[in-house]
Amino acid sequence: MKITIPDFSLVVLVGPTGAGKSTFGEKHFLETEIVSSDRCRGLVSDDVTDQSATDDAFALLHYTAGLRLKRRKLTVIDSTAVRREDRSNVVKLARVHHALPIALVFDIDPSTCNERNRARGRRLGAHVARNQSWQLRKGLRGLRREGFGSVYVMKSPEDAEAAELAREPLWTDRRRDHGPFDIIGDVHGCFDELAALLERLGYRIDPFEVGSERLIRARHPEGRKAVFVGDLTDRGPRNVDSLRLVAGICEDGNGLCVMGNHDFKLSRWLRGNKVQVTNGLDLTAAELERTSKAFRRRILAFLGTMRSHYWLAGGRLVIAHAGLKEEMHGRASRAMREFSLFGETTGETDEQGLPVRLEWARDYRGRAEVIFGHTPVAKAEWLNRTLCIDTGCVIGGELTAYRWPEREVVAVPAARQYAVPAKPPVSRGGRSAQQEHDELLYFDDYTGKRRIGTRFGRTITIPAENSLAALETLSRFGIDPRWLIYLPPTMSPPAGAPEGPFLEHPEQAFKYFKTLGICDLVAEEKHMGSRALLVVAKDAATARSRFGAEDGKSGVVYTRTGRSFFRSDSDEAEVVARVGAAMDSSGLWDDLATGWVLLDAEVMPWSAKAGQLLGSQYRPTVAGARSSAEALIEAIGRTVGAVDLDPLRESAERQLANATQMGIALEGYCWDAETIDDYRIAPFHLLAAEEQVFIDKPHTWHMDTISRIADTQPILQSTVWRRVNVDEEADRKAVVEWWLEHTGRGGEGIVVKPSEWTLRRPGTFVQPALKVRGREYLRIIYGPDYCEPRHLERLRHRTLGHKRSKAARETQLGFEGLYRFVESQPLAKVHECVHGVLALESEPVDPRL
Amino acid sequence: MQVEITLEPPPDAAYSARDLGFLLGKHPDRLFERKISVGKTLVFFTSSTSQKAAALLYLDVDPIAMVRGPKRHAAGSLSDYVNDRPYVANSLLSVAIARVFNQALAGTSKDRQSLADQVLPFRARVTPISVAGRPELVQTLFAPLGYEAVARPLGDDGSRPLFDVQIAGTVRLRDLLRHLYVLIPVLDNRKHYWVGEEEVNKLLRKGEGWLADHPARSLIASRALRHQRTLTSAALLRLAEAGGVEADESDPGPQHEAERALEKPIRLHDLRLDSVVSVLREHGAASILDLGCGEGKLIRRLTAEPWVRRILGVDASVAMVKRAVKRLRLSREGATLSERVSVRLGSLTYADRRWSGFDAATLVEVIEHLDPAQLPALQRSLFGRARVGLVVLTTPNREYNALFPGLEPGALRHADHRFEWTRREFREWAESVSAKWGYAVDFRGIGPESGDVGSPSQMAVFKLETASRRTG
Repeated sequence: MKITIPDFSLVVLVGPTGAGKSTFGEKHFLETEIVSSDRCRGLVSDDVTDQSATDDAFALLHYTAGLRLKRRKLTVIDSTAVRREDRSNVVKLARVHHALPIALVFDIDPSTCNERNRARGRRLGAHVARNQSWQLRKGLRGLRREGFGSVYVMKSPEDAEAAELAREPLWTDRRRDHGPFDIIGDVHGCFDELAALLERLGYRIDPFEVGSERLIRARHPEGRKAVFVGDLTDRGPRNVDSLRLVAGICEDGNGLCVMGNHDFKLSRWLRGNKVQVTNGLDLTAAELERTSKAFRRRILAFLGTMRSHYWLAGGRLVIAHAGLKEEMHGRASRAMREFSLFGETTGETDEQGLPVRLEWARDYRGRAEVIFGHTPVAKAEWLNRTLCIDTGCVIGGELTAYRWPEREVVAVPAARQYAVPAKPPVSRGGRSAQQEHDELLYFDDYTGKRRIGTRFGRTITIPAENSLAALETLSRFGIDPRWLIYLPPTMSPPAGAPEGPFLEHPEQAFKYFKTLGICDLVAEEKHMGSRALLVVAKDAATARSRFGAEDGKSGVVYTRTGRSFFRSDSDEAEVVARVGAAMDSSGLWDDLATGWVLLDAEVMPWSAKAGQLLGSQYRPTVAGARSSAEALIEAIGRTVGAVDLDPLRESAERQLANATQMGIALEGYCWDAETIDDYRIAPFHLLAAEEQVFIDKPHTWHMDTISRIADTQPILQSTVWRRVNVDEEADRKAVVEWWLEHTGRGGEGIVVKPSEWTLRRPGTFVQPALKVRGREYLRIIYGPDYCEPRHLERLRHRTLGHKRSKAARETQLGFEGLYRFVESQPLAKVHECVHGVLALESEPVDPRL
Repeated sequence: MQVEITLEPPPDAAYSARDLGFLLGKHPDRLFERKISVGKTLVFFTSSTSQKAAALLYLDVDPIAMVRGPKRHAAGSLSDYVNDRPYVANSLLSVAIARVFNQALAGTSKDRQSLADQVLPFRARVTPISVAGRPELVQTLFAPLGYEAVARPLGDDGSRPLFDVQIAGTVRLRDLLRHLYVLIPVLDNRKHYWVGEEEVNKLLRKGEGWLADHPARSLIASRALRHQRTLTSAALLRLAEAGGVEADESDPGPQHEAERALEKPIRLHDLRLDSVVSVLREHGAASILDLGCGEGKLIRRLTAEPWVRRILGVDASVAMVKRAVKRLRLSREGATLSERVSVRLGSLTYADRRWSGFDAATLVEVIEHLDPAQLPALQRSLFGRARVGLVVLTTPNREYNALFPGLEPGALRHADHRFEWTRREFREWAESVSAKWGYAVDFRGIGPESGDVGSPSQMAVFKLETASRRTG
């Protein structure tokens, strides 16, 4: 006997004890594929024959099998399953996971079974196998009706021994087929438009006669495949010709077709089932009644080859008439077939009056693109990687094709309106379906431990604790997520300077990059303020159409944790307006061909945002250190006695001087910012604009471009920078001198980066930038006395690994999110990265780095 | 930071001031140095005549050793590293006192035991110290123990002024040291970042014999207790600081206290809960979603009602969710309660699939904590997506604020309220929401109604108009 089973199915071995099920199982399946009731009984009770453990054993069996099926793993259940109620539980389990249940029946004579049991040393009464066999035979003929997709019966041990078992992919599983594909929307008898569309896509249609019954052949010279989302006929003018053409393409292997609800009804009509000949089937039926019986049989056979859906291109593409939930991809069940034919049919409408059938697309989070038709829409629009390409050709819209892997949409208009729509196609007044959907993100999409894939060759894991902390922060304090498209990474310093009076020195930054073979660097002045991201659009209308926000803003300014930078909306609007005006007058909108930009900037004064920390932390530190030293100096001054306190006095005087220095450094970053004119904003990256993420442009371009806008607006400040060839000593020396001079005047330090954005080198991820902070500034970070030799020597040895790993991960995640945004991916996908960066930021790392 | 202990005997005294050296176990003519875990201690006498002797203990904290040492916290925020802790008197000074003057603290003296057992005229001076609260606190703490105390300000540079604190009293040396040991950290009242639990317990042990009768004992005890921070709240703290904003410790406790105190005479919150529960009962709502559940007051009320089958409490704060779980004893009591009740982290500005399928949702004094800009998101997630059949929502009635004594005109009842609505504003909002999402709404006042200004709190009850929605 040859047994053929789908490579994804739930195989049930049915037969009395001793019938040879386990032996068969071991021969044909992996050990891990078999879930055996005896084994489960052993796992819960330490005794494979303990009948009192049966309930728990079956609970474990169903649980285990369920998890495997959820993961789309072929699963074999080895229990006797001779009773109908046992099998019905298994069939239910298969249905839940959309797996095909298959029964392999061992209808073996009970005496043979008993012999075997004896040989295996099992002490069972002879009645056991006899009863089981009797129960089995009672139900044998009804197995198909119980819901099993295939039933194979082996009548003797020889049958079982001789059986061959083959696995085949499900019909819907065509993952090996990589196309390329042209996926074509609901035709509904619009033959002329179909022919025009196929020609536009480059197909050659063989000459054909109108009124003939011969199939019409067509092919693409490059071997592309046409994939039809179904509903070939009804309501349109040339139903038979449409069938001839699509059947012709598919028969030759030049195309595939999934079944639509209209095709399903047509096949029932052709088979002579009683169906209501309405909704356009009347037109198709009238045409077909004029054709020969043989033609109708041929069409019926063709309809029989249509599948519920196709799972293509390594699992990255799914075609189904009415769409398909992720848990049904490449699976088989009645629920799946009904879903793919009719979609979700609760009949309710949601708050926008849309049919609730869109629910599945709203909740869709799968990786495969799902292309479907069924519900006419005004325009083919993406929603969470699903695309409806039924653009209502028959009701006067367009016939649309989606080209894969090119990801292009091609459409031809309907010559005229052939049928009146039941209701007008959904339209959304300016915003896309995705934007409308993105009004709200789902909290439960971001909880728990998360893994985020990036295009930079790394999947980033977010621990659950950090994920929650980030969610709380975003939901309580974050700005509208539609504006929040990017969060910046942390930045690492270089290794500690090995000697001398400095903890950090540019030479170590040069060395880091040189070791990686990166010699062309830039050094930029590092401003001491607060990090801010500025999203600025040309005007509120552009902002609304690109970001989908309804707050009427033309842009936002937010902090590196996603909070609004300014307390008042009017301050924010003022800054946005000024940057927008600078974009206008510099002509950058046009030069960048964009209506919006994202700037990465430092906003000064520091005190404007850090007021609280200044008051609670930094100023008390200076005051405390000064008072403490002064008190000691005072006490030493009034001491009379023989003790030599000079070294103590000197050390106290140094402490006093250090604290004073720290105060000077600190106050240099503080001034009153009463009005917007008191602020200084120094953008240092122009990160993104329409369809562009500018990490493909060198930093010199960023600096030059930014100075074009900075020159026209007093609150914008450009950044001093230099180019460095690490191999040129003169270059390095010039930077070191500049750094000394700049930090000596109270500057925070410099940032050293590769001229070209370099995220990775073979085998390693590259720090996008290293900050080299000045000697005085570092007092704010390490305390007033850090540069005392006894402290400095210990501080030089600092562990940078975690900080750097965090910087690399955050950088990749940030840019991944930005790419997703410019690619117009769903907001949930962008937000995933933003949330991820924030979650990584909450990981503990030495905050002084 | 330093403490200076002075002994100035009366002219007719039978002992010499230099005996202070014996009492402290330190030679008046030598510089004493000793390394302890947190840094270096130095003791020298600023004067050592027979009329007056003064010993100065100076603690030179090593800030780097402190954060690198074995007691190091998991990397915290920057404020754990650069702060006034190494410089102003705090629990570290107490540690130094215990190490350097251990004999004296125990009340023993090898050479002058009888003197150690006597009360003597001591003075002590602690410099600099940052007093948490008003400078009078120095009096409150030391006066009941028989000291005259003076706090001299050292100039006000930051948010917390520094003081030079001097106390004088006739006491035994061991008592003086113990008082200092316990009360210095109390004056300072900052988290003992580098002091372990054990040290805190020691603080309390040093209070034996005098702390129990001290009028400020509860203040002393509560200040001596250290806050616990969970992993998540530590992570939050880091985020708050990184954002350049004041650290939000997710503990609005004291502010809630203030609001409650304001509303107390009318037991408003109880009335509110009564009203909400009775609306839920009227509608037979067996499964209830309590949004913004806080510490779970409403949930606790509802668990007592036999008709309530299932409650999900949702709050946006990790700390609050933890507190609710603790208060409701969800992790302890039998399975029945945890089957009926669960509390989860969630947000009113995100949609949430876990919210569907409830008979009713409650938002008791919640929306006023949202930014007005976040209200549209709440409307969409609650009325648009979750489409709960019954929504019961309460919010303060701003008009009534005029009747609260002690609330300034125009002020809101709670520091975290982003807005408070008049009855008309509330009605307009609720009506536009119900019109948009297909709900019917009616309104009730909560609490005593007072002429023109209405009731202190107002409630809206939204009912989903299912039938009309389906046909329309």
